[in-house]
Amino acid sequence: MSKIGVFVCHCGENIASIVDCEKVAMRASKLSGVVFSVDYKYMCSDPGQNKIKEAVKKHGLTGVVIAACSPRMHEYTFRKVCAEIGLNPYLCEIANVREHCSWVHEKVEFATQKAFNLVRARIEKVKNNLPLYPYKVPINKIAIVIGGGIAGIQSSIDIANGGYKVILIEREPSIGGRMAQLSETFPTLDCSQCILTPRMVEVAQHPNIMLYTYSEIESVDGFIGNFSVQVRKKAKSIDEKKCTTCGLCYTKCPMKKNLSEFNQGLSYRPAIYVPFPQAIPNNPVIDRNNCIFFQKGKCKICQKFCPTGAIDFEQIDEIIEIKAGAIILSTGFDIKNVDFFPEYGYGKCKDIITGMQFERLASASGPTIGEIRRPSDCKVPKKVVFISCAGSRDCAKGISYCSKICCMYTVKHAMLYKNKVPEGISYIFYMDIRAAGKNYEEFTRRAVEEYGIKYVRGRVSNILLKNEKLIVRGVDTLLNGKPIEILADLVVLATAAVSCKYSEILAQKLHIPYDIYGFFTEAHPKLKPVETNTAGIFLAGSCQFPKDIPESVVSASGAAAKVLCLFSSDELVREPIVAKINKMPPPLFSTCMGCELCIGICPYKAISKEEIKDDNGYVIKSIAHINSTLCQGCGTCVAFCKSKSIDLEGYSNKQIYEEVIALLN
Amino acid sequence: MVDKKNILRVKVSNSIGINVDKCYQCGKCSAGCPVSGNMDFTSSVMMRMIQIGEEIIDKQILRSQTIWVCISCGICLSRCPMEIDIPEIIDYLRQCSLEKKMQNKKSERNIIPFHYSFLNSIKYTGRIYEIGVAVEYKLRTFNFFQDLSLAFYMFIKGKLPLFPNIIKNRKHLSFFFKKYKK
Amino acid sequence: MTQIGFFPGCSLKGTSSEYAQSIFTLSKMVGINLVEIEDWNCCGASTVHNINNKLSVTLPARILTLAKQQKLTEIVAPCAACYNRLCIAQHQLKINKFLRNQLFETFQICIDNNISILNIIQYIEKYIFEKIKEKIIYFFKYPVVCYYGCLLVRPHKILNFDRLEDPQSMDNLMKKIGALPIDWAYKTECCGGGFSVSRTDIVVKLCGEIIKDAINKGAEAIIVACPMCQSNLDTRRSCINNYLHKKTNIPVIYITQAIGLAIGIKKKDLGFKKLFVKPTFI
Repeated sequence: MSKIGVFVCHCGENIASIVDCEKVAMRASKLSGVVFSVDYKYMCSDPGQNKIKEAVKKHGLTGVVIAACSPRMHEYTFRKVCAEIGLNPYLCEIANVREHCSWVHEKVEFATQKAFNLVRARIEKVKNNLPLYPYKVPINKIAIVIGGGIAGIQSSIDIANGGYKVILIEREPSIGGRMAQLSETFPTLDCSQCILTPRMVEVAQHPNIMLYTYSEIESVDGFIGNFSVQVRKKAKSIDEKKCTTCGLCYTKCPMKKNLSEFNQGLSYRPAIYVPFPQAIPNNPVIDRNNCIFFQKGKCKICQKFCPTGAIDFEQIDEIIEIKAGAIILSTGFDIKNVDFFPEYGYGKCKDIITGMQFERLASASGPTIGEIRRPSDCKVPKKVVFISCAGSRDCAKGISYCSKICCMYTVKHAMLYKNKVPEGISYIFYMDIRAAGKNYEEFTRRAVEEYGIKYVRGRVSNILLKNEKLIVRGVDTLLNGKPIEILADLVVLATAAVSCKYSEILAQKLHIPYDIYGFFTEAHPKLKPVETNTAGIFLAGSCQFPKDIPESVVSASGAAAKVLCLFSSDELVREPIVAKINKMPPPLFSTCMGCELCIGICPYKAISKEEIKDDNGYVIKSIAHINSTLCQGCGTCVAFCKSKSIDLEGYSNKQIYEEVIALLN
Repeated sequence: MVDKKNILRVKVSNSIGINVDKCYQCGKCSAGCPVSGNMDFTSSVMMRMIQIGEEIIDKQILRSQTIWVCISCGICLSRCPMEIDIPEIIDYLRQCSLEKKMQNKKSERNIIPFHYSFLNSIKYTGRIYEIGVAVEYKLRTFNFFQDLSLAFYMFIKGKLPLFPNIIKNRKHLSFFFKKYKK
Repeated sequence: MTQIGFFPGCSLKGTSSEYAQSIFTLSKMVGINLVEIEDWNCCGASTVHNINNKLSVTLPARILTLAKQQKLTEIVAPCAACYNRLCIAQHQLKINKFLRNQLFETFQICIDNNISILNIIQYIEKYIFEKIKEKIIYFFKYPVVCYYGCLLVRPHKILNFDRLEDPQSMDNLMKKIGALPIDWAYKTECCGGGFSVSRTDIVVKLCGEIIKDAINKGAEAIIVACPMCQSNLDTRRSCINNYLHKKTNIPVIYITQAIGLAIGIKKKDLGFKKLFVKPTFI
């Protein structure tokens, strides 16, 4: 016979002002199976908790119903209270009479009735509750970090310093990412590579970090604590053990006219190449699509010159499997290219460049060794126009968000230009200056007041070519929409930051959600910004949304802290709310007929086929089997099962049925 | 505050279904407009004026040259990041201006009479009868000597037919005009 | 003989009869019979929508209704304004059910959404060019600029013809007859359209800029596909010259005239006589 205790919380005035708590408690006490019922001002307070403990002890309660706020708030608190006094926590249920009742109703009489109904339904459910015990799964304390930009580097170093193994996977031949391409950084104007390369070296030297460059994720299986990741190590065509990084191969390569990805197409690189001098690792790779040998079957010049015989044309892609307990995604962002803009000439004019290309022009390791020169004729531009919001905040182009970083890097560009070409004039066409960040606003003001950079509020309509100059047609909306034409030598577009090309495919492999723009979605926009909805997978840097360097580093360290937190215990405790196939005595074994419908529809691949064998090893029956550690308790299989052989523990069909009946009566 | 029904921002929304609040004043429309120099205020300013939603400002818009000088070339719409159909708004404003008899005084001397002459030609012959349009326009504007030599040369080259090219089913067409009262 | 519907529009009957002449000559050469829509009316051009929005849809809708009654499935509208108005009316009636019913009930206007409306470039690409490819004997070896104007490409969402900015179709056709199309800035800028009479000053200014850029880029002819553009750039030339303070003699030629020349049709049959600015170089 059930002995249920009912505790009605006033939540100060939150509940009590609309719901007559005393009356609810009084009426509940008369229901069958209820042996104790009380109301109190703050059930979650210490005295309130003690009331629960005392009642459990005194009346030997077999179930507890607490009428209070949403279970999202205090279910954990109250279940813990029960556990402390020795009652299985899953015998404690919450009736939400605040969010579902007092906050949304006005009339005391009806609200009180509804609160009572909710309590009664919970009582009927709790009568059918069974004690449940959390699962424990071991944790494989190795982290995988996908993407070796500044976010991935930071996460890797943090986790590695915490004492755990990290495997850092990077698609490109070198780590460094976007930050390696930048010239200087705002708002301090310190050299990007100078502050990044020590971190890159640290990654290379750290005993806990294993680096796989030129590698991509093939597939991801498993769950928090126990992921299994297949990684494709693309053939570099170089034996890294033999290679001494002497660099003879790429100086001799005859196929030199390939656009350099690192220099954003502003210079050329050979077919066998190291993306940039400080690359880590510094071994070259062969770009097979542009290599004469791989395309035409003849050449092998690099092999002839290699003093250590490190070049290996036979190498093939290698698939390796990595077991890990947590995954951090730090795949970064891309930018829109100039060809995305019809009104700015579809990219046909060489002197209209992206902000990223300007970074390379301004960078000492760039194609012009840090001198600002026009790509078309290598002349130093006397007048430069910067256009912010190129593609961003533009619904017509399908990018309605603000790319966030452009305002700041554009003003930085204008200042770098002024430093390098003191007689030069620069204009920035802008809509708003979004300089929210430490010392950011001061930075933009300095640009205007000390550097004399001319901000023009208005968007540029189009750019016309005239005698090797560019006529930029804009407007000054602060002068009543007055049209302005500027004869510029160079135009720099702060093109929209967008998600990586393959981000959606990667998200699908990892089973994590992404938004319409392809950015990965965090579990909660405020309180879980580095977690994803899939436990054990975390986000760092701009793969979530465009971020500047400090923000990327913050989120990277945040994600690393989450991983360290996870790795700090040996086992993982998981909620026992999982699906179960019912079991029967032989010869039936289970009502499951083995139709296997559930296997296909389980989104977590938690269901497999189980064969029941007799003593001689003959298969008598095959039924579904649910891996409790994989099951997330979504209930899809319960709804699909035709023979009603699956129940969700804690939410069995019987429990729900009794609850609904109680509500209907 | 609830907008009054006869305010332009409400009328634009109700009649042609365009939400003027989508405009965030980037000015790209004004920047590309080929005739912005001939307007008393440019298109982006006009959008801001409609957004404000005050009767006095609405009147300024309806009395402006801006709405008549617009050639409907469509550049503003094609480049608008918010895809606001400014040409359609301006078409609508012109009709409001005519309804309320608030036509711009300068445009009343050239652009508007031309539109009416053109319309009448369609009304009476079904097609454009160039000489007819020209004569009516001159009568409306008292601008008798404009383009006389050009007309002469065009006539010589056979580009100005002497007689109108009248359609058969004129009734059908005049019925349109009757229904639309213009 | 292929039969295709033809909507000349008012301009082709009067101010730009040379355009009509060159189209008919070309079509005859490839054995296409252009069937004029009977009893067509003016489409409203760039004027009617200023004054009466509904009428500006009703007028082209009547034309499309006639085309349907005459069982035409495809119509060529060489005038860019006509092409533009017809497409917009078709689009409006497609999306606006209320207007569609209203027009049917009051005026018995009922259009066929599937009638395809071709502009001159689409017509040439689809029906003419393949058949005259071998006949190109006099390569049109001149540097030219192709001027598309507004009405062929905008509103792009409705017309969906070529690229919105920097279209290429005319340039490609010109390349095929041996011309050297130059990349220039004013391909889709406005010429002033219907303001020719009422605001000549605006037209002259806009056309002046167009002609200036064409000359600066080294073009020897401006190739057009719109009677309004042609007439503004050509017949208004003396005013434009005054505006530019310079005598310009760059001719403004219809694309059909240029193609006609390339396949050896006599200038007389292409209506070259009617141009104000003589293409002296040819």
